[in-house]
Amino acid sequence: MVSTSVRALTYAQAVNEAFHQEFERDPSVILMGEDVAGGAGRSEFEDAWGGVFKLTGGLIGKFGPERVRDTPISENGFVGAAVGAAATGLRPIADLMFVGFVGVCGDQIFNNMSKMHYMFGGKVKLPLTVITSTGAGVGSAAQHSETLYSIFVHFPGLKCVAPSNPYNAKGLHAAAIRDDDPVIVFNNKQLMGGVGGGIHVPEDSYVFPIGKADRPKEGTDITLIGISYTTYQCLKAAEILEQKGFSAEVIDLLSLSPLDEDAVLSSVKKTRNVIIVDEDYPMCSMASELSAIIAEQAFDFLDSPPIRLNAPHASVPYSPVLEAEYIPSPEKIAQAALSILE
Amino acid sequence: MTKSQSSIPKDTLMWMYETLVLIRRFEEQAKREADQGRILGTHSAIGEEATPTGICAHLRDDDYVLGNHRSHHHCIAKGVDINEMMAELLGKATGTNKGKGGTMHIADATKGMLGANGVVGSNIPVATGCALSAKVQGKDNVSVVFFGDGASSQGSLHESMNLASIWNLPVLFVCENNRYAESTPFEYAVAGQSVANRAAGYGMPGVTVDGQNVIEVYEVAGEAVERARRGEGPTLIEAMTYRYHGHFGADNPRGYRTAEEQKYYEDKDCILYMEQFLIESGVATKERLEEIDNDAKAKVIKATQFAIDSPYPDPSELLSDVYIKYP
Ligand SMILES: Cc1ncc(C[n+]2csc(CCOP(=O)(O)OP(=O)(O)O)c2C)c(N)n1
Ligand SMILES: [Mg+2]
Repeated sequence: MVSTSVRALTYAQAVNEAFHQEFERDPSVILMGEDVAGGAGRSEFEDAWGGVFKLTGGLIGKFGPERVRDTPISENGFVGAAVGAAATGLRPIADLMFVGFVGVCGDQIFNNMSKMHYMFGGKVKLPLTVITSTGAGVGSAAQHSETLYSIFVHFPGLKCVAPSNPYNAKGLHAAAIRDDDPVIVFNNKQLMGGVGGGIHVPEDSYVFPIGKADRPKEGTDITLIGISYTTYQCLKAAEILEQKGFSAEVIDLLSLSPLDEDAVLSSVKKTRNVIIVDEDYPMCSMASELSAIIAEQAFDFLDSPPIRLNAPHASVPYSPVLEAEYIPSPEKIAQAALSILE
Repeated sequence: MTKSQSSIPKDTLMWMYETLVLIRRFEEQAKREADQGRILGTHSAIGEEATPTGICAHLRDDDYVLGNHRSHHHCIAKGVDINEMMAELLGKATGTNKGKGGTMHIADATKGMLGANGVVGSNIPVATGCALSAKVQGKDNVSVVFFGDGASSQGSLHESMNLASIWNLPVLFVCENNRYAESTPFEYAVAGQSVANRAAGYGMPGVTVDGQNVIEVYEVAGEAVERARRGEGPTLIEAMTYRYHGHFGADNPRGYRTAEEQKYYEDKDCILYMEQFLIESGVATKERLEEIDNDAKAKVIKATQFAIDSPYPDPSELLSDVYIKYP
């Protein structure tokens, strides 16, 4: 779609714009993380990095080092500090650079962040956001390529969202920051690297509601449910299926907790077939959860059992030939669909 | 030349020189592989060769070394085969990790190299456990963990130093302080401006050493390794060093540090220093050192060819090694 009214932004630019607007809107918003600005303490090198994925550049120059804080490498320390700051009047954003680093700060996320509001009888609120990066496909091997949605979704008390393009990324980051509950935002590395970017993003501030799925493509024969990068893969698979004469509907989950069950169920009831495409490890995954919900609530509508397409039950390999096999590809998705439809 | 310097055996001096040069040439090639887009990138150890070299000069194959994300130099100093390392970088089946680990996870247990590690601070407790194992089994091996100035802010270091001290474990905590964690300067991130000073709080010796000077590193490490072998407990060593290149891949360090600062360290280059030392002390001639360098270059060319000629892993490898037996 080429038109003069298109304001094409990359994923990183869109998220960066959301941060600038939320910092502007609300002086209680602060940011902590490693190299979120960079060159810390040296005025001549201020903002040297602007975040590893360039999401947080420009903030320190505008809002200052009191609100935009580079941290030492101490995830348990600064994620825990975000909990304390949120409990006492601030609206912190903590940048957990790669989702696997939850291994370092799991105590704060699972034992405090998810539970304080409940344990304290609803009397303390934690309006904080954790942003983190997910996904394989860039040669980063086992510890830097995980997805791990279901670990977070498992915990009552955490909201979890996974944007799929610059437009919803901007709106979901704004919504996460404004939300009074802790929200985890999963940003896929391939999307941040430019895949699926360059779409229209309105300049004015807006929120994309947490708890709502999107339907980027309508169809009649099968529902493909994607999450973040796999939505992009599903859209590609839908093109392949189109060529073979089948009409796939794509549901972009976006919100993992709370889940938009209505969007999922109404699509599946219409198409009567479903594949859930999830880059996370397969056991106890989002795909498992969705498949259970569909089986429980739409069983009578189904022409075929729900199919889960996950990464395999293995850590992410380094070698490019193995990694290429790891992520569900459009071809594999299409193949799975054809195995039902043909 | 001081008395202690002259007491270092000639073979050891020459091994250290060969190791410094081999690391440098390997890392230059690894950088070329990344610059030409054949691999995503690596964390270059150029400039930081002396610390693991001076320390590993005291270690046996059955001593343990554990590293971090920037670990090619640890691996080479511990004797890991550079053919297999280069193959690993290229994701080949003949790599140290069969192509499954890559640059941040190189490991070779047969050489006592129990792994690089991509999670900052993550290997420090593991190294402490290796030392515990040696002690409980009544062996005299020691365990050495290398980590950066950035990693010194992780709780894992502090918990491990305390454990190692109360249990008197044979472990060396070696901080390679290259002044930066990504773009974050050491003086911003480390309260008190010293990692070594933190040892005092855990009742162990803490030593600062010039990490560009392999002889000094060798001497400090010698004492620490002997102490550990005698069962007298852990030591924290802070080696002051510098990485000449960016943090990772194409990162340009000019964004957060000055050319003058870099030049100060490059002028103190560990290889230049050692060349001068060996020639002036009459241990080797300039010609001999050139031969060693040419030899290192040839080994790296051979390793690269080996890696290029090696096959990729079979796709079935994706599902092997997850468990030993399953179900
Ligand atoms: C737990 C964790 N947090 C953050 C990172 C991202 N990261 C990789 S290397 C690095 C800097 C490490 O600095 P330092 O320990 O000084 O080692 P150097 O890179 O200087 O050798 C960071 C922040 C990581 N890999 N693991
Ligand atoms: Mg460092």
